[in-house]
Amino acid sequence: MSATTAPAAAAPAVAAVPKAAFDWRPLALLAALMVLALPAIGSAPTWVTLTVAGLAMGMIIFVIASGLTLVFGLMDVLNFGHGVFIALGAFMATTVMAGLAPWAGESAPAQIASVFAAMAVAMAVAGAVGWAFERVIVRPVYGLHLKQILITMGGMIVGEEIIKVVWGPLQIALPLPSALTGSWLLGDASIEKYRVLAALIGLAVFAALAFTLNRTKVGLLIRAGVQDREMVESLGYRIRQLFVGVFVAGSALAGLGGVMWGLYQQNVVPQIGGQVNVLIFIVIIIGGLGSTLGCFVGALLVGLMANYTGFLAPKVALFSNIGLMVAILLWRPQGLYPVTNR
Amino acid sequence: MTTPLLELSGVHTHIGAYHILHGVDFTVPAGQVTMLLGRNGAGKSTTLRTIMGLWQASAGEVRFQGASLKGLATPDIAGRGIAYVPENMGIFTDLTVKENMVLAARSARHAGELDTQRLEWIFGLFPALKKFWLYPAGKLSGGQKQMLAVARAICEPRALILIDEPSKGLAPSIIHNLVSAFNELKRQQTTILLVEQNFMMAKALGDTVAVMDDGRVVHRGAMAELAEDEGLQQRLLGLSLGAHQ
Repeated sequence: MSATTAPAAAAPAVAAVPKAAFDWRPLALLAALMVLALPAIGSAPTWVTLTVAGLAMGMIIFVIASGLTLVFGLMDVLNFGHGVFIALGAFMATTVMAGLAPWAGESAPAQIASVFAAMAVAMAVAGAVGWAFERVIVRPVYGLHLKQILITMGGMIVGEEIIKVVWGPLQIALPLPSALTGSWLLGDASIEKYRVLAALIGLAVFAALAFTLNRTKVGLLIRAGVQDREMVESLGYRIRQLFVGVFVAGSALAGLGGVMWGLYQQNVVPQIGGQVNVLIFIVIIIGGLGSTLGCFVGALLVGLMANYTGFLAPKVALFSNIGLMVAILLWRPQGLYPVTNR
Repeated sequence: MTTPLLELSGVHTHIGAYHILHGVDFTVPAGQVTMLLGRNGAGKSTTLRTIMGLWQASAGEVRFQGASLKGLATPDIAGRGIAYVPENMGIFTDLTVKENMVLAARSARHAGELDTQRLEWIFGLFPALKKFWLYPAGKLSGGQKQMLAVARAICEPRALILIDEPSKGLAPSIIHNLVSAFNELKRQQTTILLVEQNFMMAKALGDTVAVMDDGRVVHRGAMAELAEDEGLQQRLLGLSLGAHQ
């Protein structure tokens, strides 16, 4: 049988059964939440402001959580130390942006360039530390969930202390450059510039992840590895190397998310990772462990819920996302887009 | 005597505290179908997993094409030309049939790089795969999943295919389809080591046979001889062929 290449292989002539239908219901839930919030809020401009803010917050949470859901899904590693990469990214941003501030001056393009430089450095450092974290802390406890929880939490505590040694224990300001402060007015609605940038970055990350996972062989291997690592190895692929790559990528995304979250809060504390950890675990559980699309929709739901309830019933806001998680798990116990075998 | 493609000598396997294989010896001749039979718990699946390196042999040796597989990781063993269809089929249910096939073809980066001629040959063996090409594999029936599992194993030429109980839980008509497909593979001189509980299937396909009991090989020989000797079947497998006819 000679090796030949022809497009016919990609699309066999007989395709009597259509492609499986996409599950729109979680997206419909997202839309329903937005629509239901409008009469509750009562004012269209306020609704637009809150919705954009919620979507932007959701995008930031998605960037932070997307790495964790891959690590969780593919490697079956309960990485409670994910927060340390968030903190590391945020603190790297304080250093890089402070260092570039004199150069950027009042130039808007230079200021935006300094933000992207901070993001790039944060991703590189968080990714490198993630590589060491996987080798030293995670690798000895593959398959041992209880030990994973204990040792990764321990790793996070140690990481936080190292951050305190380097940057000090106190809160550090991470102000938005003047080019990103302020809002655009859309009628009576106010759209913060930074939130638009955050939403665009979140969308870009989602698009890059979706492309990698759905259109490349590496993505296929990751998706297959989430379901059955042993079979991936039996097909001849070294999944351990893939694990390391995913862990590094997940850590780098956490670093990026840390920069975005720090700029969103406009300050950074060493405990920033721990503070966000609860939100990101809610997101990946809502989304379905290992599911990037689920993580995306879950993060947007969490962001919107936090903003709507923060406006409508501030006292309930703290519990609203827990309530959201409970409601979704009652509807879909495996999450919005469950990955089979998890 | 045909040259053995695969040789197991004195293979012991432990899973945790349990000693499962107690010195397994048998050979798989090239170009033939070797049946690995035995009662439940005899160690057949463990033998296949040990060959694939999914469980490491604690003693003894597995030799493939004359070279020892000792200490090799599963991807390296697969890379030497051994395909494996596990008992649970190992289908990636969230991936489409096409994506499952692309993963199985190590040389292909995407579906466009699959060997078209070979793919058409596979579609000839298993037409359902063509019909459900873009469908999530998890939506296939049990028989179709088994066809996909076998198709993955043959989507590129492999020196040896290990298949674990392909007929398990399948309707007779599907088993008949599988037998036809395996017969076609036989005609292509594909070397297969097939674990089976279905004696009729074993009789229809096997050239040689090894029967296991309690982690050991208790009988080796030609499949035709075992198929004709009801007393031997009764003694080794606790069955008689007559009961299956």
